[in-house]
This record gives sequence, C-alpha cells and structure tokens, in this order.
Amino acid sequence: MEQLKEFQNYTVNFGPQHPAAHGVLRLLLELDGEVVERADPHIGLLHRGTEKLLEHKTYLQGLPYWDRLDYMSMMCQEHTWVLAVEKLMGVTAPPRAQYIRTIFAELTRILNHLLFVGAHGLDVGAMTMFIYCFREREAILDMYEAVCGSRMHAAYFRPGGVAKDLPDGLEEKIQAFAEDFPAKIDEYETLLTNNRIWKQRLVDVGVVTAEQALDWGFVGPMLRGSGIAYDLRKAEPYDAYAKVDFDIPVGKNGDSYDRYLVRVEEMRQSTRIILQCLEKMPKGDVKLQDFKMSIPNRADMESGMESLIHHFKLVSEGFNVPAGEVYLATESPKGELGVYIVSQGGSKPYRAKIRSAGFNHLQALKMMLPGHMIADVTTMVGTIDIVFGEIDR
Amino acid sequence: MADFLKMVHEMGVGFFGPLLWSLVWVVIKVVLLLAPVLFIVTYITLAERKVIGAMQVRPGPNRVGFFGVLQPLADAVKLIFKETILPIKADKGLFILAPLLTLVPALLSWAVVPFSPELVLANINIGVLYLLAISSLGAYGIIMAGWSSNSRYAFLGAMRSVAQMVSYEVSMGFTLIPVILITGSLNLVDVVEHQKTWWNVIPLAPMFFIYFISVVAETNRTPFDLPEAEPELVAGFFTEYSAMSAGLFLMGEYANIVLVSFLGALVFLGGWLPPVSILGFIPGLVWLGLKAGFLMFVFLWIRATFPRYRYDQLMRLGWKVFLPLSLFWIFLTGLVLQLTQGVRGG
Repeated sequence: MEQLKEFQNYTVNFGPQHPAAHGVLRLLLELDGEVVERADPHIGLLHRGTEKLLEHKTYLQGLPYWDRLDYMSMMCQEHTWVLAVEKLMGVTAPPRAQYIRTIFAELTRILNHLLFVGAHGLDVGAMTMFIYCFREREAILDMYEAVCGSRMHAAYFRPGGVAKDLPDGLEEKIQAFAEDFPAKIDEYETLLTNNRIWKQRLVDVGVVTAEQALDWGFVGPMLRGSGIAYDLRKAEPYDAYAKVDFDIPVGKNGDSYDRYLVRVEEMRQSTRIILQCLEKMPKGDVKLQDFKMSIPNRADMESGMESLIHHFKLVSEGFNVPAGEVYLATESPKGELGVYIVSQGGSKPYRAKIRSAGFNHLQALKMMLPGHMIADVTTMVGTIDIVFGEIDR
Repeated sequence: MADFLKMVHEMGVGFFGPLLWSLVWVVIKVVLLLAPVLFIVTYITLAERKVIGAMQVRPGPNRVGFFGVLQPLADAVKLIFKETILPIKADKGLFILAPLLTLVPALLSWAVVPFSPELVLANINIGVLYLLAISSLGAYGIIMAGWSSNSRYAFLGAMRSVAQMVSYEVSMGFTLIPVILITGSLNLVDVVEHQKTWWNVIPLAPMFFIYFISVVAETNRTPFDLPEAEPELVAGFFTEYSAMSAGLFLMGEYANIVLVSFLGALVFLGGWLPPVSILGFIPGLVWLGLKAGFLMFVFLWIRATFPRYRYDQLMRLGWKVFLPLSLFWIFLTGLVLQLTQGVRGG
C-alpha cells in the first residue's frame, strides 16, 4: 500500500516542446490521474536580454526591439516606448499622428484578439476557428505592410509621430474593413459562443475572483473578465483616446468564458474607435517638425545641407534626452504594458525596465490550475493569452 | 455472372485440385474484398483534407497529381521510407504488435459486411454479433500502444481510450438491439431485406443518432478524440510512433470510420435498397455507397465544426444520457412489438 501511494502522483513535463505550449511554455504538472495537483510554470526560455539591449541603443534604435516583445501585437508595444520617450522629452505628437497611432493600436488589438480566439479555439479543439481568424488577420497585416512595408515588425510609430503618412487609399480600406468586421465577428460567434461543447469547456474553468485578480496583479482583459472595469485607455487616456467614445466590456464570473466574451466585445469596440478616429482625423503633419528629434523628409535631404546633417546626426548619435525618470503604461491588447526609463541625459537610456502583462498572468497558472483536469490546462493556457516574447523579454 | 463463376470454379479445380482450390478461392475473395476497402480507406484521407479544406476556405492538397488525387500515394511512400524509431524504454514486441492489432480487426470485420444480397464474403447468421465482438478488439491495440511506449503522454492517452471505448461500445451495442428485435435476425442481409417497407431510421430515429455519436466516439474522432487530443496529450497513445507504424494507426482509424459508416447505412438506412422503388433501376451498390459516403462526410463535417469534449463530460454523456436512453428505447421497441405482433421468432 505504501509503495502504491508513491506511484500515485506523477509529474508531466508540459512543454517546452508541446503543441499547446504557445511558444516555449514549460509547465511542470503533478498529476493525480487526470487531475492537476500542482502546477509550476517556468520562464526564461525565450530570454533575449531586451532590457539590456535597450541600454546600448539610441532611443530610435531601441524601438524595433519593442515589436519583438509581444510579437502578436506589435504596434501596441511600440506605442508604450514612443509615448514614454515623448514624455521624457516633454513633447506631444501632432494631432494627425495621434489619430493614426490610435487607429493602428486598435487594429493591432483586433489582430491580437483574433489570434487569441483562433488559438484558444484550437486549444479546445475547434480547429476551423484558427483558419477563419487568420483570414481576417491577413487583411490587417496588409494594412501594416501598406504603412511601413513590413507585415509584422513594423517600427512605424516614432517618438514625435509616425514614420510616414498613410498611403493614398488606405483610409478607405480601413474604413471598409471596420464597417465589415462586426459581421465577421458575428460569424465566429455562431461557431463558438453558444456552442454547447465550447461552453462546457470554458464556463467555470479557471475562475478568478475580482479580489484574486487584484492580488495577482492581473491587467487588461484578464482583470476585466473578473468584473473590474479598469482600462488605461479610459483611466489615463493617451493619444486620441480621450476624444473617442467606447465602452469597456466586463465579465461577471471571472471564468474563461467571460474572458472570451470580453475579448470578443473588445474587438467590436475597437472597430467603433477606428471609425470615429477616421471621421475626426485632421489633415496635417504626421511627425514633429523639430528635426533635432524626428527624421527630416527624404526630399529635403536631397536638396538641403541642413536636413542631411540632421539625418546623419539622428541615425548615428541619436537625439539627446534630458535627464529624468518616467514610467508610462499603455493598454496593450494583453493588458498594461509599461516601461520605466531612467535617463541621465545623452542619447541612450540608463535603464529601461519593462512591465509586461503576461508575466503576471503566467504566474497565476499556479493558482488557477490545481483541481482542474489536464484538458483544462490547455483551456487556461489559452485563456491567459500569453506570448513569451514579452514574458521572458 | 453465374456461368462465369462456374467456369472459374471448374478451371480452378482443374488447376489446383479441389482442396487447394477452396483455399485459393477464399484468398481470391479476400483480396477482391480488401482491395476496394483499402482503396476507400486511402482516399478518405484525401477526402478529409479536401472537405475540411473547403470548409476552411482553402484549397487542400492540389499539387500531387491532378486535383491532388495522388496525394495518398505520396503520403504512403513518405511514411514507408521513413525510419521507424523504437524508443529505448519501449517494450519492443508489444510496441511493434500494437499498430497491427488496431488495423487487423478493422479489416476483419469486413468479412460479414454485405454489399448486396449475394455479394458478401461470409453470410453468417450472427453477423451483428461478430461485428461487435471484432470491433471491441480494436481497443487492445490502443492499450498496448500506450502501455508499451513507456511514455507518460502515451499512457494517459491509452487510459482515456480504454475508458472511452468501453463506455461507448455499450451504448453502440444497445442501439443495435432494437434493430435486431424488429428484424428477428442477426444476419445483416436479413436486416437489410427487412427494411423493404420502411428504413429502420424512421421508427428508430433516436437510436440512429445515438449510434452515430457512439461510433464517432468509438473511432476516436472529434469531438471525442480525447485519446489523441493534440493540445493536451501531444498525440495521445501513439505519441512515440513514427513512420509507417504511426501510419498503420491512422489507417486503422480510417478503416473503422469506413466500416461504421457502412454498418450504419446497412442497419439504419436500408443498405442497398433505393429510397423509393421507382429509383430501383440504379444498382444497389450505388445506393449503399451513397449512404455510407454521406455518413463519412458527416464525420468530416463534425471534425471541422466542433471543439473537443473533456474527459469527464464524455463519460457523463455516455453513461448518464446515452445508456438510459438506449435501454429505454429497447424496452419501448419490445413493448410495441409484443403488443402489435408478438416478438417474432420467440
């Protein structure tokens, strides 16, 4: 009998090479039959030293590293960095640039939530969802490509504005997409939202109360799924968010199903924001006309000596940032994405500490998993919507 | 046809002698049966990829041969020429035996499946019973695969599949009992011929649905593909298998799908009988193929649509919903038969 007891629990290494590991999740699971007794998430398998790298790059060179943090919501990551640098410098971008950044932040939110719905569906076994979502993502990635030439790692937002104005015809394209998209969401919802199996798999799985959510430092849809209506876009509006009207969806029970519904509703709200922005967007500059900070126009460089000097200084030495400290966070699709920059003057930060949403959510697996079955592990890894780029940094 | 058969027999006896000929004749019949079956099994993999591809707004395989028709061949060649890896910790004998044990029962069952009143390899009187007996053997291959792999994911997959197959075989068996009651025979040819007035699916519609859902579970298909649930158990019981040994498991799975589709068509949908007698000029084999093909299509359709059940939910569905319902229907069928005509043959 004693011997039997010893063999009753056994440990399974869930990942890093596992089809549902969402990249490189390593999760040690102690199982009693099919029931998880203890879960131990490990981090660090995708550590690339982003924070250290930022210390050795100028502010402009540091920007592309942000795309690669949460590589599923690229421009939202840039947004944090760009706004933080602007705050340090004490400048604000021109209005048109603010609207463009808001539009693309919201497009990125849709991009991320589409992946969430698709991958979550795949985790729970609805494989068609994944492909439908990728069809829609394709349209948004085309818009990425239109503004910056790259489909994923855009480097489009810049301190003091954006790299270039929108190309001709893109505004109409975005408009058409945003008008069309809610109907597509309805389509997806017919496949999942009221599906009995989908509900059986998600309802009451991974319940997080409002109190627990706060204790574990949840942010973003994870927090709102538990019923707390906190959204940085409303609480501390940045760029054009103060000028648009949108709702914050909240969940009731704090289970995986609520978090799914919250994210689906957020996609609808994003289309609302995009349409309002397109309507209100003024004409004008898309970057600061202070060429000590933003890169001069190519045409000027070809004829003017001064522009050429500016360009040379900006891409070699970078612009100088006054000494100071700043913490700035934006509402990325996964929650609060913050950066704490310490500047001692000069063109490189002394220290940049990144606060990513996924890190807090991942550690909560330890609290959420015990008592659930092994099939729920994949549901919960899906529901916290993690990307290891931002967790391991 | 009869003349031709007589000629073949005479030639065979003359060439081999009567004793050897009877053996050779069996072999010929088996080959003639299995060749088309294996052909269907191979091509249902292509059908699956094409159908699901269409549902997912993508073309599916279309590079190998015209319209992708040679894709199954390319897959087979690839699987055969890959190295079969034997894990060091595996129990080698069982590990190699397991895939064969999954595929062989799926093929054995075809012996009693009739394609028309005459076209049946072994027209035995306990056809339904034989089918149930053979199909439950399939579970052994899966248990052995999971256990002999000596891998934790494979082991979990095997445990799941045992529980699942045992529970769903019960309800699958029970759905066939009302049919047997109505027919009064275990012979599959009799079962079909008895559906001349109306197909069994009309009086036994709920049984047909339970039968279909049970066989989806029995063949480990979505939404009941827990033993090989990819996001949970990597590949379930055949996690450690590679190359053709993994291919044999897949073949076994598809052979089972084809088998239960044909069985469903025979038992509930009137087999080779046309839906209305005016359409009787179309050969019975075509009708049977159409009906079985429709059921196979539903298999694929379900796979593209539904998420996966959880283990405990699957058990609850099997034992708490299907079992009482099918038992009740057996009772109801018996009662109706007793009141109207008295149980036949009893």
